[in-house]
Amino acid sequence: MASITLDNLGKIYAGGTRAVGDVNIDIADGEFIVLVGPSGCGKSTLLRMVAGLESISEGEVRIGDRVVNEIEPADRDIAMVFQNYALYPHMSVRQNLAYGLKNRGTPKSEIERRVGIASDILQIGPFLDRKPRALSGGQRQRVAMGRAIVREPAAFLFDEPLSNLDAKLRVAMRLEIKDLQKRLRTTSLYVTHDQLEAMTLADRLVVLNGGRVEQIGTPLEVYRRPASAFVAGFIGSPAMNLIDSRAVPHLPGTGQAGLIGIRPEDLSVTPDGPIEMQVQAVEELGAQRLVHGQTGGERMTITLPSEGSIADTLRLSFQPQALHLFDRGTGRRMD
Amino acid sequence: MKRTIFRNQLLPWLLLAPQLIITFVFFLWPAGQAVRQSFLREDAFGIRTTFVGFDNFIALWNSPEYLNSLQVTAVFAISVTVLSMGLSLLLAIAVDRMIRSARVYSTLLVWPYAVAPAVAGILWWFIFNPTIGIMPYMLDQMGYDWNHISDKGDAMMLVVIASAWKQISYNFLFFLAGLQAIPASLREAAAIDGAGPVRRFFDITFPLLSPTTFFLLVVNIVYAMFDTFGVIDATTEGGPAQATNILVYKVYFDGFVGQNLGSSAAQSVVLMALVLVLTVIQFRYVEKKVEY
Repeated sequence: MASITLDNLGKIYAGGTRAVGDVNIDIADGEFIVLVGPSGCGKSTLLRMVAGLESISEGEVRIGDRVVNEIEPADRDIAMVFQNYALYPHMSVRQNLAYGLKNRGTPKSEIERRVGIASDILQIGPFLDRKPRALSGGQRQRVAMGRAIVREPAAFLFDEPLSNLDAKLRVAMRLEIKDLQKRLRTTSLYVTHDQLEAMTLADRLVVLNGGRVEQIGTPLEVYRRPASAFVAGFIGSPAMNLIDSRAVPHLPGTGQAGLIGIRPEDLSVTPDGPIEMQVQAVEELGAQRLVHGQTGGERMTITLPSEGSIADTLRLSFQPQALHLFDRGTGRRMD
Repeated sequence: MKRTIFRNQLLPWLLLAPQLIITFVFFLWPAGQAVRQSFLREDAFGIRTTFVGFDNFIALWNSPEYLNSLQVTAVFAISVTVLSMGLSLLLAIAVDRMIRSARVYSTLLVWPYAVAPAVAGILWWFIFNPTIGIMPYMLDQMGYDWNHISDKGDAMMLVVIASAWKQISYNFLFFLAGLQAIPASLREAAAIDGAGPVRRFFDITFPLLSPTTFFLLVVNIVYAMFDTFGVIDATTEGGPAQATNILVYKVYFDGFVGQNLGSSAAQSVVLMALVLVLTVIQFRYVEKKVEY
């Protein structure tokens, strides 16, 4: 177990392209940190730099109190779970789990003990002598996690481990990972592009965009007070409405803000609401419905209960504290 | 499998005809002729032929020259296979690790495959020519007297090098494709699992390449045994003292130079049987056993 510190971390590729820059994250011992962002935001690069699979161009990575910049992946005391599981196809599940321990010269009895423990935790005992190809996606995922667990490393690194699973299994595995991490209390760094996965798993979220950190905070902090228009639009589903203030000039409480953000669930229909929305489409989700429309040429979405009919034009109101104000140029939060 | 229904009964036959005709004229018919011929003995002037049963085959079995040729072929085929597969695996690994110029190197490495065997033979014949070649000159500087015209070992070395060189391209392409089909994450996982580069190769890469390796093994043995006629003919012509007289070359030499058609035909029937065995191995094991 150990803390991980990313200190001014940056990655510049040989061609001069910058993938990551100025990343500062302090991960406490036992903390579950999720790196989240759209594809190409540098989150995987960042994780691979911590793992040692990608060289570090700027700054430092410290695991515990050791700078690991020049240390081989094998000697960083980390374990990684890959998106495609990366199980060795020609080895049985047991051999897959034992491989890392065998390479480190762990005694046979100790290997057996740890494989036993991991297979109990993950309930993969019955498959130990099968080859990975004879397993289902969820079982493979478990084996991949088992391979990380047996090593008893200082930190787990997860690179989008659930994105190859179907939606239902993904939700189940998400809970399992969360539960597992709570039990083992191993420092974890988890990469995903799925904001829901990020919200549910993280102790703290790191939202990345264009290789830079947009915001670091607990899921609720990030949700309630997004630090930038990008975070506001990325975290939360359906996404926050971001409206140019010129489209709604008469709106109270907006001050000098260029961009006004209101979450769809913070809007309600009232006869004298300050915003007028022309309804264009309705999506029924069962428990609720999403109503899409336009106001002053800007797209808007609201969440409404699934009952009654919907007029062509709705007047919407909101609580003043539901407003998020952003600078038009920089996109940063203004209050 | 896709099933197509033809309304016209003639059309499918017409579409198949070119391939069938080629197979019949250039393979089945000569093969049949060879089988027939192998049971016959012709007199020196080609006037009288007599049926002799298995005499031609028995004669082969009792001929020290033929047994020598078998041995030479085995040595030759194994050397060519090991040399060309080993080198091409090394080259493929080197190119697989490259990021920028991999395509250029791949293209260059494929060129030898476009060279006809006889031309490849001539090329190496010039390079190793004891009088005008560059290699004997350089070897001479190091104190080695190269002469493949009189030295059996040198001659074998020459034909092995020339034949292996031509096959490297083919092996290289398959090995490279095989390597690139192995997900990078497997090697990365192994690196995190504490396996160094050498261990990664033997524990992960090589086992995952084994279907490719086995396939190439059979292809290379077949190549060395049957497709190297041109190389031999252009360089050593089977000599010196039968040292490079592999089975295929002996078929030609005994039949068309020695005019012993019965024996030559019997030899080609033996070769056909060998191809058959290799093909069976190929399908039995390559297609089924070695895969993940």
